[in-house]
Amino acid sequence: MELTRRDALAALAASGALVAGGASLTWDRLSRADGEHGEGESAAFDGEEVATLVAVATVLYPSAATGVPEFVETYVVGRIRDRPAYAAGVRDVLSTLDASAESWYGGRYATLDDGDRDGLLRELGVATAEPNPDGTDAERLRYYLVNELLYAFYASPTGGRLVGIENPQGYPGGLESYRRGPRS
Amino acid sequence: MSDGSGGSDGTRAGTGGEADRRPSGRVDVCVIGSGPAGALVAATLARRGRDVVVLEAGRRFDPAERLRQMERSIRPGGGSVWEMGGARDAFTSPGERRYPLNAARVKGVGGSTLHWQGMVMRLHELDFERRTREGVADDWPIGYDDLAPYYARAERELGVAGAVDDPFAPPRDGPFPMPAFPPSYGDSLFADACERLGVAMHSVGNARNSEAYDGRGPCVGYGTCKPVCPSGAKYTAEVHVAEAEAEGARVVDRAAVQRLEHGDSGEVVEAAVYATPDGEEHRQEARRFVVACGGVETPRLLLLSASDRHPDGLANSSGLVGRYFMDHLFAGVGGRLDEPTRQNHVGFITSECHQFYDDPGRATRGIPGTDADVGSIKLEFLNYAGPSPVEMALGAEEWGDDLLSVLREAYGNEIAMGALVGQLPRRENRVALDRSRTDDHGNPVPAIHWRIDDRTKRTIERANEIQRAILSELGVEITWTVGPENTGPAFHHMGTTRMGTDPEESVVDSTLRTHDLDNCWIASSGVFVTSGAMNPTLTIAALALRVADHVDETL
Ligand SMILES: Cc1cc2nc3c(=O)[nH]c(=O)nc-3n(C[C@H](O)[C@H](O)[C@H](O)COP(=O)(O)OP(=O)(O)OC[C@H]3O[C@@H](n4cnc5c(N)ncnc54)[C@H](O)[C@@H]3O)c2cc1C
Ligand code: SF4
Repeated sequence: MELTRRDALAALAASGALVAGGASLTWDRLSRADGEHGEGESAAFDGEEVATLVAVATVLYPSAATGVPEFVETYVVGRIRDRPAYAAGVRDVLSTLDASAESWYGGRYATLDDGDRDGLLRELGVATAEPNPDGTDAERLRYYLVNELLYAFYASPTGGRLVGIENPQGYPGGLESYRRGPRS
Repeated sequence: MSDGSGGSDGTRAGTGGEADRRPSGRVDVCVIGSGPAGALVAATLARRGRDVVVLEAGRRFDPAERLRQMERSIRPGGGSVWEMGGARDAFTSPGERRYPLNAARVKGVGGSTLHWQGMVMRLHELDFERRTREGVADDWPIGYDDLAPYYARAERELGVAGAVDDPFAPPRDGPFPMPAFPPSYGDSLFADACERLGVAMHSVGNARNSEAYDGRGPCVGYGTCKPVCPSGAKYTAEVHVAEAEAEGARVVDRAAVQRLEHGDSGEVVEAAVYATPDGEEHRQEARRFVVACGGVETPRLLLLSASDRHPDGLANSSGLVGRYFMDHLFAGVGGRLDEPTRQNHVGFITSECHQFYDDPGRATRGIPGTDADVGSIKLEFLNYAGPSPVEMALGAEEWGDDLLSVLREAYGNEIAMGALVGQLPRRENRVALDRSRTDDHGNPVPAIHWRIDDRTKRTIERANEIQRAILSELGVEITWTVGPENTGPAFHHMGTTRMGTDPEESVVDSTLRTHDLDNCWIASSGVFVTSGAMNPTLTIAALALRVADHVDETL
């Protein structure tokens, strides 16, 4: 099941990020600081941060999902490019996660195998934490990474379709799907 | 919020943090509250060239915020989408039943329609004559016929999508302004079972665009109508606030009215005294006042306006201000079917049944009747039974393939019915002042004394019985019931400033002017004499249009 750029744009629309038609949402776009960030501040993520984000998404998304790196790129860039404070929150939890990976497993998060990636999130208490942008490490990880990426996935038509609903809550999928039967 | 998208202090650009909130000179009409009632009065009078000021306690919510608010409503941990709670909104609930007041209203430009579901229907003729026809409650001083032309206007103002296919509806002239939303796939599952039992299904009025209307686009299926529609397809009173402003009215947000002050004779209101965020108090003078603060804050404001001349509060010579508080109660039954039910694509209902409204005890081909004394029932066929996968995912303890299987297991087969039942007006159910607690301005908070009587409980049981019969006929494995013990309010405040001809038995007359004050009207479900079992806002809107006519005539 291929996640597409359209899925990412749909998820973005569902999160309130308005994307002007055709704008390319790529990581390098972020590094071209567009004057909206404060002095010396940039929303850009470096390659290692990007790798960590994608590694988290791979753990969170079903194994049937393909195209995860591109989906994450489009979604996250669209999501944070005008919101430096939010980007700072995401970057902060990425570094928390990498620091834990280094001290507990001896390597950055993206270098761990699937089992350890999953295990570390659980050991940090992320599975049961309440999402809270101002909370403990686990609560912030839940808010800025886990729920952020799960929202992007399950509010998109492709993520929804995997569960059986092509017009999930948050996605403006029009007025046809609610009338359609399961086999039509 | 810490995501940099702005806070609740209302100081963001566009929300008028630094707006000029000083009073205007003496205007024709001062409207207090900008929910549907206040906004419709203001827009109607402004259209007729009247000089109108609206004072609104809450802030303006910028439509550009709405998608973010939607996301907050879906993602856990986002807090109250409409920022209800805290010292401003403090209340107590000392009655037998706890009343969750801050889930039941919104303070902001647009009032509770910011959050509402948008189901709109007319009351039945019977609702205006319960005493005469059934020997319970009281009659209204006006009848359905008096309101019918205003109902038609209200349907055009709000923009109602509906069809003339309800055999139980009261008489109407002409069609709805927009076609009804076609029935859902879920409705079609119910259809055969209802047919076999002799239960009628029909469309339901929605204040939601089924096609472009009044400058707003059609519904696009975000599915989050309650608490927030990001597309503007769902009506909110912001529509009429904008129109009032375009017609020259002035709308002052974050201007909480503290009290109304009367003149020396005690027979007219002279000014509304309001507080602004800078800590100042101002007096807005006007020739006419319309109080439209909703069913709880309206009686509270009158009680807070007590004076030497009116020691029990304004407009309260009857002692009835705040009394006869009513709400509708929810009844529901749901479960699982062994085939897909396709729920949660949209956030609103497309079919209802009003067959048990005028005659709730009636038997049908497949449902036994009852002789018990019960009140009106409005049945709903839900389109959002069971979990929404995206909401569930965000609260889950699993992820990856495990999460997907959990979601697939939970989503897909849920099905449910809801219902509203009415409550009889009872003196002891009331909104009073609790002098032991104060709000952010030092005013006593509202205390909600609320209790559910036995007749209402019997009516809920009857609703459950009908719901169970339909779901069983359909082959549903029933897994939950909301009955008399775990019922809750539908968030429709009514009755607290009741209408009547006798000044000793009511607060306002049949034109909704207070008996005690010559220049003060109330536009609110507070004036309802009976609750019926229909969602109240179309009736509120019709009454507001009528208030505007009456006020205009006196100017
Ligand atoms: C969750 C929910 C779902 C609902 N669904 C439906 C539905 O489907 N159908 C339906 O018919 N109804 C529904 N309702 C009810 C509907 O929202 C109300 O009936 C309607 O909004 C009442 O209109 P109003 O103008 O009388 O009061 P409100 O909408 O409550 O507006 C009153 C305004 O007055 C302001 N105010 C209060 N006190 C002061 C003061 N002292 N000074 C200045 N301003 C003040 C408030 O801030 C508020 O903005 C729902 C309500 C809720 C909460
Ligand atoms: S489904 Fe509800 S929230 Fe979505 S566009 Fe329609 S009215 Fe608005």
